[in-house]
Amino acid sequence: MKATVLVRPKPGILDPQGEAVQSSLRHLGFSVEEARVGRVVDLELEGGSPDEARAELERMCEQLLANPLIESYEISVADA
Amino acid sequence: MSDQPRPRIAVVVFPGSNDDGDAVLAFDRLGADVFPVWHADPDLPSVDAVALPGGFSYGDYLRCGAIARFAPVMSAVARFAGDGGLVLGVCNGFQVLCEAGLLPGALRPNASLSFVCRDVELVAERTDTPFTARCEPGQRLTMPIKHGEGCYFADDELLGELEANGQIALRYAQNPNGSVADIAGVVSRDGNVFGLMPHPEHAVDPLLGPTGGALVLGSLVDAARERALSPV
Repeated sequence: MKATVLVRPKPGILDPQGEAVQSSLRHLGFSVEEARVGRVVDLELEGGSPDEARAELERMCEQLLANPLIESYEISVADA
Repeated sequence: MSDQPRPRIAVVVFPGSNDDGDAVLAFDRLGADVFPVWHADPDLPSVDAVALPGGFSYGDYLRCGAIARFAPVMSAVARFAGDGGLVLGVCNGFQVLCEAGLLPGALRPNASLSFVCRDVELVAERTDTPFTARCEPGQRLTMPIKHGEGCYFADDELLGELEANGQIALRYAQNPNGSVADIAGVVSRDGNVFGLMPHPEHAVDPLLGPTGGALVLGSLVDAARERALSPV
């Protein structure tokens, strides 16, 4: 089963990477008001139901993939 | 000084550590016997303190320090800290301690997004910890920083706790990286674990520049010696 985790800097957390991307995009002439840079983790999981996978991914995020103090995450599981 | 007993200090070496050599030299010069410990060792030797050095452990993959906390030796370090053992983390070592949950907070990319490498002035806020006892209250000490991700973050609630518990041991005189409340180094609630972004191990020899680091590492050597002489 394929799953994707999106990890983002939490709102209010300073994101200097995002600021650099925003100013570079403006430099290219794009009218971008804000950019925030996160991380994508694509996973291939063994067996299980989508619900089980979701619960497991939740634990993966809490324990490793995201740092809950500074990052939020979003899980999506592809239906087989 | 030289006839005082030498405490035993372990310096953990991760793949990608690069300040372990200076840490070993600095502790040796300050009067400790030093034991480098490879990250894959499941146990620590019998020591009075443990130091996690700077560097780029495991290539800083995912987040700085996030992978190093799974090193076999880290379980032993966590047990050592849990039993009240003295643990110091410098730079990447600080990041590892935060990711491992042995210290509160997190380290983010510098606000400037630039790698910063220069001497900075620190203010000793707490002088009653095993890591700062050689400092006078409010004393300014100079040592280098060299990091891309040293912006200390704590949310308002955590920051309030840190202030209330007096866990902010060192602050920057002038904030070089965007850290909240100018925080340069924090101690654990119990006071036996300390992490800081600046590098005390690079600032112990007057031939090479400022010597503020000797106050921090010397304090730790003193505290480790005390523990060696009268084990808890």
